[in-house]
Amino acid sequence: MNQDLVYFFSDLVQYLINGLAQGSIYALIALGYTMVYGIIKLINFAHGEFYMIGAFVGYYCLMSGMPLLLAFPVAMIGAGLVAIVVEKIVYKPIRHAGRIPALITALGTSLFFQYLGQGLIGADPKAFPEAIKSVTYTFGEVMITSTQIIIMAMTFILMLLLYWLVNHTRTGKAMRATSFNKNAAELMGINTDKIISITFFIGSSLAGAAGVLVGMYYNTVEPMMGLIPGLKAFIAAVLGGIGIIPGAVIGGLVLGVAENLVVGFWVSTYRDAIAFGILILILLIKPAGILGKNRREKV
Amino acid sequence: MEYFSHLLLNSGIFIILSVSLNLINGICGQFSLGHAGFWAVGAYTGAAYGVYLAPDFLPDFVNLFISCGIGFLTAALAGVLIGVPCLRLRGDYLAIATLGFGEIIRIIIMNMDTVGGPRGFTNIPLWSNLFWVYAWVAITILVIANILRGTHGRAIISIREDEIAADSMGIYTFKYKTMAFVLGAGFAGLAGSLFAHANQFLHPNGFTFMWSVIILLMIILGGLGSITGSIVGAVILTFLPEMLRFMGETISEWRMVIYAVLLILLMLMKPTGIFGKHEFNVLSFLAKFTGKKKEII
Repeated sequence: MNQDLVYFFSDLVQYLINGLAQGSIYALIALGYTMVYGIIKLINFAHGEFYMIGAFVGYYCLMSGMPLLLAFPVAMIGAGLVAIVVEKIVYKPIRHAGRIPALITALGTSLFFQYLGQGLIGADPKAFPEAIKSVTYTFGEVMITSTQIIIMAMTFILMLLLYWLVNHTRTGKAMRATSFNKNAAELMGINTDKIISITFFIGSSLAGAAGVLVGMYYNTVEPMMGLIPGLKAFIAAVLGGIGIIPGAVIGGLVLGVAENLVVGFWVSTYRDAIAFGILILILLIKPAGILGKNRREKV
Repeated sequence: MEYFSHLLLNSGIFIILSVSLNLINGICGQFSLGHAGFWAVGAYTGAAYGVYLAPDFLPDFVNLFISCGIGFLTAALAGVLIGVPCLRLRGDYLAIATLGFGEIIRIIIMNMDTVGGPRGFTNIPLWSNLFWVYAWVAITILVIANILRGTHGRAIISIREDEIAADSMGIYTFKYKTMAFVLGAGFAGLAGSLFAHANQFLHPNGFTFMWSVIILLMIILGGLGSITGSIVGAVILTFLPEMLRFMGETISEWRMVIYAVLLILLMLMKPTGIFGKHEFNVLSFLAKFTGKKKEII
């Protein structure tokens, strides 16, 4: 009996660790979603594709023999630059057309990158080069790999950077002003177009970082890899309260842990359905999310 | 010739799907991205009837009729179950929630062993033929077009134009939204049943989110809110990939990229689609030539 309890708790801790590693990745992607939504009220469906692009830039950099410490920022910048180009060509002209046309455009962009990737690179998964030798540390029944530690540490560092950037720099102040009221910000002399581009760049480079981390974690990358994590990160953003930066982190971690707990203790075949179930529950119970405040609709 | 009739059959099924999605997205203005889910529900229940329950002594067309009825009813039931909670949401949230339900339906089917699960559902009897598919196309269009002309239809359209204004005019918006959603879902299920009995094989991966997007592209191409538009859009998008196939393997491989670019360009250049919200009407078209300025609706 006592032994069973020990097994149960070591299982629990194991799932929590796996969930936190997975959740960190969701959180990194969700940050970009929530920042873009906060600033132009657009659900950027193509965000998962920036994550895929980041993973592939990282893959090709590492394959060419670049050290990880250099490949990582290159992948982030690569994903960010693609996002800026997309924003300038596609999202900027549609910005004033309303939310549904913008959503459809984002869907189109997402499909475009997925199938462009399939056409250029091929649909088969590619083996991600082992940049850092994976070591497994064992504590009793609980295992943690060095990759998991790197993922959590990198996520933490990037979040601190983002926190500093948003709250303690002039650009961050301009970003907050633009998301609070775009017209007023413009009247105050803030170049909102530039701020929107910067927001896209930062959000997508975080997704690109998540892409490289996932490549290291699962050792494969493929053109379709962005679809499901992109949707789940969106769910994480809604769960935490879309538009609220700390909410994205909380949502991502909660989603990752919940998923791993349910898969570990209950059923594994419904892994992808859990996230959607959580989404629908949160939309019905508290649509504003964990950290959000309810706002009444005005005419 | 068989190839051509197969194409015609498919385009008939997609006409039903796009007209029914148009009722939800274009006419009622509720943005749903889960149409493939309802399609799958109808296809699997219709096929399950054909494989397990159908009595042999009935002629094929009667069985097809029952199967379509079952597909319609179960998909409509799924529409009630999903619509009642989801339709409290608006705009992009509704889109994501319906997307989620569409995927959940697919995952549930994937885990059901009686309908084949991940192996696919085989040995479905071949009952659909051109005549019955187009009979159902005609029925679908007639039903939806006639609903639109009545009180219910006006109420549904008013929700698209301005939901808050409709609400304050005393229209029970939730009821009409649910009505449009359930009807749309039901007809998608009917199309699913026809599809199952035409293809004889179903696989959960044939009902992914991508198909919801393709049906959406059909109605956007034709014009959100126009039934004629959805018909034209459905026909174009079932024949276009085949045309691309004749132009060579490479272009055919890039089909989805072309669709994506088409979707983006449509949104940027002509967001109203081919027809906008207008209907093509033979009588008023002729009236234009004869110079009679009579208002015919």
